[in-house]
Amino acid sequence: MKAETNLQKILARGEFAVTCEYDPPRGVDVDSILKNAAQLKGKVDAVNVNDNPTAKVRMSSWALSKMLLDVGLEPVFQMTTRDRNRIALQSDLLGASALGIQNVLCLTGDHPARGDHPQAKKVFDLDSIQWIAAVREIRDNGCLMNAKKISGSPRFFVGGVANPFVQSLELHIIRLEKKIAAGAEFIQTQPVLEMEPFKKWLNQAKDQGLTDRCPVIAGVIALKSVKMAQYLRNTVPGIMIPDTVMDRLGAVAENQQQEEGMKICIENIEEIKQTKGVTGVHIIAIGCEEKLPEIIERAGLLPRPDIS
Amino acid sequence: MIIAERKPIQEILEMVRNHQRILMVGCKGCVTVCNAGGKKEVAILASALRIARRKQGKPITIDELTLDRQCEPEFIAWLDDPIKKNDYDAIISLACSIGPQYIAEAFDTMVVLPGLNTSFMGGTLEHGIWGEYCAACGSCEIHNFGGLCPITRCAKGLLNGPCGGSVDGKCEVNKDLDCIWELIYKRMKKLGQLDRLGQKIAAKDWSTSLSGGPRKIIREDLTI
Repeated sequence: MKAETNLQKILARGEFAVTCEYDPPRGVDVDSILKNAAQLKGKVDAVNVNDNPTAKVRMSSWALSKMLLDVGLEPVFQMTTRDRNRIALQSDLLGASALGIQNVLCLTGDHPARGDHPQAKKVFDLDSIQWIAAVREIRDNGCLMNAKKISGSPRFFVGGVANPFVQSLELHIIRLEKKIAAGAEFIQTQPVLEMEPFKKWLNQAKDQGLTDRCPVIAGVIALKSVKMAQYLRNTVPGIMIPDTVMDRLGAVAENQQQEEGMKICIENIEEIKQTKGVTGVHIIAIGCEEKLPEIIERAGLLPRPDIS
Repeated sequence: MIIAERKPIQEILEMVRNHQRILMVGCKGCVTVCNAGGKKEVAILASALRIARRKQGKPITIDELTLDRQCEPEFIAWLDDPIKKNDYDAIISLACSIGPQYIAEAFDTMVVLPGLNTSFMGGTLEHGIWGEYCAACGSCEIHNFGGLCPITRCAKGLLNGPCGGSVDGKCEVNKDLDCIWELIYKRMKKLGQLDRLGQKIAAKDWSTSLSGGPRKIIREDLTI
């Protein structure tokens, strides 16, 4: 059965969606995240919870998703196919459903060679497209990947991701089409820091009719400092931080860099709001999540539509 | 062919620490072609070990022998005589890991030591450089990918196109590594097969791979 999540309803109504994300803690202390997240109530439509981002060990995504749910925020449970085979993926998906988690974002995940346990055995039993198809099969037909019927009717709203900042656009658009054909109901992009290549990608997707078939939520990022930007550039695959942004951050005093990073983010949100074919923003504020409410407010994204 | 690499000399010295009389066995198959375990490499390693042990004041005796192949029992049988006539306390095999395992199974009281690390199935890229091309998944599908194998040559083994970490045609794991999906795309475009690239490839049945347990092939037409 199709989920009726907040995020799904907002996108279905053609409203401009606002989501953000948290990395779960490396440990068991969730107090600061939950305290922080409480400030987001009524300001975001859903909150993504990353699944061991950059292949570094963090608390499981479903656990923090459930805790966010308990404090009144709608989670987007990120699931990568990097660490779990189809048995574990399906098992965790059913568990998440039983806990009330309904938004699922399916990704392949960064390679373990880039993470904090490079000695780990990689899994990648499935790729993200196969996993999206499997989640849809479970939801739509109540069948596991082996065609066995399951009990109950889990509800999911299923998303996929895309990186617009690639050289071979045609190839990546083919893959995007496959994701949507496999059953992705929304697409979330890597953070946009440069509008021109993003629009080039978007136009190709539009030309193929993909933005009509599936809502696109554009990622945006508030860079906390030049140091953070450098770190992301060096360690996070698929994130593109142009020199112009580095220069702009570097041109202000260190204690002004966070504000400058927020300004860049807000400018990008404003431009994205005016861009046809995009139906939301996904705001990433690594290491400065406490600034999310301010960014959302200053970007004119409030009040959030009441869809109850 | 099977590509292998000799273990570091220190690791081999540590393995033979308590041995004095060794038979070192090379192989004239793949590991001769990839310059890891042929007659020449046996001679080089044996003399390196002799010199190192002499320096330690614990000389070692090493006999050298290179078999046609170590992955055939009939060639392993050639070791019967030398082993009977000598009092070897260990055998070092310079074959892929099939060799030392065959020797271990044939001579149940012999200590068998691997002199090589068996690396992968691949081929020569240029002199002294080898690349991996096959993961022996047990059900080849490269015709779906322009004749190239993403299971082996994509770091994530993706079957439906490149990941978001593929930037400028290079792999997120190693910037010196071509993203195989870029190469698959270019080939399929040339072949006029982009429509096939757009077809979803279903989840792979890994039961034919090592995931299904160690494999065995029985050819009824050939068994006696």
